[in-house]
Amino acid sequence: MAQVSISALKKSYGPVDVLKDINLDVDNGSFVVLVGPSGCGKSTLLRSIAGLEPVNSGAIKIGDKVVNDLAPAQREIAMVFQSYALYPHMNVEKNMGFGLRFAKTPKEEIKARVTEAARILQLEPLLKRRPRELSGGQRQRVAIGRAIVRKPQVFLFDEPLSNLDAALRVNTRVEIAKLHKLLKATIVYVTHDQVEAMTLADKIVVMNQGRIEQVGKPLDLYYKPANLFVARFIGSPAMNIVPLTVSGKDTAKTKSGAEIELSLPASVSKGDQITLGVRPEHMTVTKGKGILTAKLDVVERLGELGYAHLESESGERLIAELRGEAPGQTGDTLGLNFAAKDIHLFAADGTRL
Amino acid sequence: MNVKRAISKTSVHVVLVAYTCLALFPILLVIFNSFKAKRAIFLSPLTPPLPTTFDLIGYNRVFSDGAIGTYYMNSIIVTLGTIFFTLLFGGMAGWALSEYKFRFNKVLGLYLAIGIMVPIRLGSVAIISMIAGLNLINTLTALICVYVAQNLPLAVFILSEFMTQIPKDLREAARCDGLSEYNIFFYIVLPLLRPAMATVAVFTMIPVWNDLWFPLILAPSGGKQTITLGVQQFLGQYVTDWNAVLAALSTAIVPVLIFYILFSRQLIRGLTSGAVK
Repeated sequence: MAQVSISALKKSYGPVDVLKDINLDVDNGSFVVLVGPSGCGKSTLLRSIAGLEPVNSGAIKIGDKVVNDLAPAQREIAMVFQSYALYPHMNVEKNMGFGLRFAKTPKEEIKARVTEAARILQLEPLLKRRPRELSGGQRQRVAIGRAIVRKPQVFLFDEPLSNLDAALRVNTRVEIAKLHKLLKATIVYVTHDQVEAMTLADKIVVMNQGRIEQVGKPLDLYYKPANLFVARFIGSPAMNIVPLTVSGKDTAKTKSGAEIELSLPASVSKGDQITLGVRPEHMTVTKGKGILTAKLDVVERLGELGYAHLESESGERLIAELRGEAPGQTGDTLGLNFAAKDIHLFAADGTRL
Repeated sequence: MNVKRAISKTSVHVVLVAYTCLALFPILLVIFNSFKAKRAIFLSPLTPPLPTTFDLIGYNRVFSDGAIGTYYMNSIIVTLGTIFFTLLFGGMAGWALSEYKFRFNKVLGLYLAIGIMVPIRLGSVAIISMIAGLNLINTLTALICVYVAQNLPLAVFILSEFMTQIPKDLREAARCDGLSEYNIFFYIVLPLLRPAMATVAVFTMIPVWNDLWFPLILAPSGGKQTITLGVQQFLGQYVTDWNAVLAALSTAIVPVLIFYILFSRQLIRGLTSGAVK
């Protein structure tokens, strides 16, 4: 296993820059998840590491080698595709051993590695089947097996779970986490699903519009988002966002003019536009007056908890987590409270205050 | 409603059966008469062979003629050679055009499309002088070359169309697995293209097998005649051995029928199912 380091990587399709100055280090044996909305460049970054996309400038290092000009096979990577990309005319065993055949690996060695991978992934009874005779989850395991047998320096996963149904996705997610522990592999994993990112990653890389917005441990990203984009992207339901104008020391006004008290950092001054962020689970709904007032729209009940969807006086859509009954009915005006320690403040340019 | 549907279904089949009869009638007539004595062919050409008129003289004469075997062999070699090289070069060209983006890609594709539209026989004179210049007159190589050129444009067109349907992820997976571009073509693309190749093989085979023009101008003698040309020896200016002609034509159907059955087995669809998703 090896570390991957990417420095000053740039890539464009004609006039469109898809990767703008990417710098990233993936430690040996760590599980790094690239996450972001569609079109943010996360898949392109992964494919650049794999060598399937040429880059315009910058360097990609795997281990101690700069691999920019190497073919995918020479980079000692293995990729698991979203569509699995199993060879349809070969059975599971041949699919897994196919790459080794071309690397001139001895037959017994191929057999041994395929058997070992099949054992790890519980594919032994399926070795003689063709891909079309397998279920989605089994195909996914074969695709992972094909990566394992090559003993690569780095595993690359491109949204491997997005074609599976919800229940299977949870199972396979756990399988992948176990596999990472077992193989002590360096993994770069692309997903748009932040739950996958939070549960699997040692380190999450949040990308947006070809840039890295923040790199950090999952909970760091959750509790200390570096900017408004990360704050909104990580967490489900998304963080509540309220734009404010600073009106004095430790006071700010909402768009509708209601004044609220908060402890503001010294760097802001009167008249500054700032943004307040509060996660739904930190917001409580009360019948009386609260820090903010809002009208109840819909209550979603999920079982042990529920979500109240509200519209604030100044027109923002807010979500508050409910434990137990909602304190009112649709159309009622309610108060919203939150503790000072649970708020996130962002400057006008989106960076954390 | 059901009656209506039944009527429309039957009428479709009536039309199809009528067309089949029309298409098969001349072939049946040839086969019937090939088993009849010469008098019966002329007196009652439309009746099937009866015990009184049954005669194998045509077949005897064809099989006792030593050269006919050679002519069959020539036809088979030419047809199979043409199919092989058309599929190989057509596949490679189709792969290049569909997979790689390079300058003149579109122009080349268009150039090949023009090849489909212009009949190759318009170039007969140029082809003869070229083949003569290469010293290939009266060789099977000449025929194979010309037929490959004739069939290549359509083959490239059909195969590249099919290749675009092979999922991109498969080729990229193969690249990650360390296959060279040639190996991707031979180990991944060709096996997945089997149905398309069978289609092209059938399209290629029938006109080549039946062609009279190029054998006549490029390989008319020297024991290199194809079967369609070989039959001509039974057609004389004054006397025609109709028994032998009909028997030779009937037997000429057999190999092409066998090829067709072999290829049509490959025309199974859905070979790529299970590759992705």
